[in-house]
Amino acid sequence: MVATQETIDKVKEVSSSYKYGFVTELEAEKAPLGLSEDIVKFISNKKKEPKWLLDWRLKAYKKWLTMDEPNWAMVNFPKIDFQDIYYYSAPKTKPKLNSLDEVDPELLKTYEKLGIPIKEQEVLAGVAVDYVFDSVSVATTFREKLADEGIIFCPISEAVQNHPDLVKKYIGSVIPIGDNYYAALNSAVFTDGSFVYVPKGVKCPMELSTYFRINEQNSGQFERTLIIVEDNSYVSYLEGCTAPQRDENQLHAAVVELVAMDDAEIKYSTVQNWYPGDKDGKGGIYNFVTKRGNCLGKRSKIAWTQVETGSAITWKYPSCVLRGDNSVGEFYSVAVANNSQQADTGTKMIHIGKNTKSTIISKGISAGKAQNTYRGQVQIQKNAKASRNFTQCDSLLIGDRCGAHTVPYINQHTPSARVEHEATTSKISEDQLFYCLQRGLDTEQATSLIVNGFCKEVMKELPMEFAVEAQKLIGISLEGSVG
Amino acid sequence: MSLLEIKNAHLKLDNKNILNGVSLSVNKGEVHAIMGPNGSGKSTLSYMLAGRDGYELEDGEILLDGKSLSEMEADERARSGLFLAFQYPVELPGVGGMSFLREAVNSRRKFLGEKELDHLAFVKEARKEASKMFVKDEMLKRAVNVGFSGGEKKRFEILQMSMLKPKVSILDETDSGLDVDALKIVSDGVNSQRNKENAIVVITHYQRLLDYIVPDFVHILSDGVIIKSGGPELALEVEKNGYSGLINAA
Repeated sequence: MVATQETIDKVKEVSSSYKYGFVTELEAEKAPLGLSEDIVKFISNKKKEPKWLLDWRLKAYKKWLTMDEPNWAMVNFPKIDFQDIYYYSAPKTKPKLNSLDEVDPELLKTYEKLGIPIKEQEVLAGVAVDYVFDSVSVATTFREKLADEGIIFCPISEAVQNHPDLVKKYIGSVIPIGDNYYAALNSAVFTDGSFVYVPKGVKCPMELSTYFRINEQNSGQFERTLIIVEDNSYVSYLEGCTAPQRDENQLHAAVVELVAMDDAEIKYSTVQNWYPGDKDGKGGIYNFVTKRGNCLGKRSKIAWTQVETGSAITWKYPSCVLRGDNSVGEFYSVAVANNSQQADTGTKMIHIGKNTKSTIISKGISAGKAQNTYRGQVQIQKNAKASRNFTQCDSLLIGDRCGAHTVPYINQHTPSARVEHEATTSKISEDQLFYCLQRGLDTEQATSLIVNGFCKEVMKELPMEFAVEAQKLIGISLEGSVG
Repeated sequence: MSLLEIKNAHLKLDNKNILNGVSLSVNKGEVHAIMGPNGSGKSTLSYMLAGRDGYELEDGEILLDGKSLSEMEADERARSGLFLAFQYPVELPGVGGMSFLREAVNSRRKFLGEKELDHLAFVKEARKEASKMFVKDEMLKRAVNVGFSGGEKKRFEILQMSMLKPKVSILDETDSGLDVDALKIVSDGVNSQRNKENAIVVITHYQRLLDYIVPDFVHILSDGVIIKSGGPELALEVEKNGYSGLINAA
């Protein structure tokens, strides 16, 4: 079946040009290369931070020095030289802006190229956007409207200045500085990120959104996000990323901490499309992220939804600690790995409170020579009586050189709890492709349709406008693959 | 000029001769039935016409409205107006029936240089056609063919045919798995689409379907060649004497 092989080859072939590969020309202010106590002090000083935060950073730095890089993930890459990274760079543009007109036009153009017309978004989507460009947030919108509700949505560096008590109380409370190698590194050198605080009884009236963008060549990106939602409150937060094409690997080690009090709900959605590297994976982003939510309050709920299509290597396990009785954790994930991409991603659900409930739906898609691993831990602790978990892991393979792996860890210490795990692996069948082709769809359309069908359960968890974007992204990431 | 012209089609699968020189001319407005016993090459013929990978002609030629299909991929043939109603329609988990139909219809419209239908216009059109096939809205919201009964699958096939308005439709064992009531609905659907501009090729095992979709011509396929052609009465002869009588006579 010669022609069949051809179809498979087409699908397996790799996208050569990254659609969002362009570099904005902005002059950056850099810290000297490498990492030392002085660099940590330099960053803290640049940001005019209080002493307690500098001490906290230094403590993290010292902890980091004693730690080793984790090596249990199913990913391979050359050893990172942490002394060959710039730990601070900020656009020279003045960060204090009253309106978008004051934003560097170069910057605005970049977002336009990404298909994120800022103004249109403000008006049409009603999205308040905290743009992170490299390390310093340059434009924050809709802040006044949010302030009316008592909601704080600002760069974390600003929160450190204006709301130090909140930051001090919660930073590192979900992910301690010594949690893991990359989290320790982030704690020492984080430059900026988002801060959200929703007071009691407030439903945030709009989706909060941050577009991350790695831009300065060779600058490590260490974002820090902290979201606190008080009793009876709700917030939906969107995070989306694209990055320009480049040759050297870029390390990204973000930390995201979520805290939900009694009856609070946090929805955290991510669409991640960082540069995956060329056909051989050269030049792609290393995405080593620590994300964790603490369901501290009774009946609190945290839902992670992620669509991961980019990065050369993804190492990411958004987790929920279900501390409050009757709290709920959810994880919905689509991970696409094409060409030489490696993804080791999943979640941890730690059931501590009684009657806690978690749901995990993971969809992995592998094409080319990519390796896609789901790694998930479900832990039911002694007091988590009558707790429940449902896990479903589905893998879809395109071609015959890629791999899908499912690694579930289940620790159950309570007889009254129930844990269910389902896993499937399938291929896009020739029958399915032929059926679609016979209806006039081309191979690319057919693949995209079948893949999006496969991901549907996860996509429907995304906010509407994000879902459309995510669907396109999945199409794009497999599109290069189909000529 | 014939709408569909098959000239001396030869095809091998796994080095085995399956089609050994099939020739057939189908004109506008005609319905042809191809009958034959198991293993006579009926399904192979339909896959070959639709351009499935691996079913390339060894020798011979096929023309759709005067254009050679041999160099066209399956999707291009479909957009050119060739439709195959599958014997076993394929499940597409998570792919909604309505969006699938819309992608298909718009691909064909684009090819024909017609404007693509917007969502509202499309839904209206689809509902109108669907109601003729007794396909409920609820079914269009479900994933394509997933959990459909045998009858639902075939009704959905004919609904696609009516939406795509092909020049030539090939119905591969469309009666298989249908009870009498379902058979009637599906046949009515097919019959309502017969007109002076298109043509239908019905591939079937049994004469039963031809009571409902009455053909103008009947051909008997055996060992990859058409051994006998005639009118509807030929199907009745098969019913009465079986294939063996005809094959032996040939």
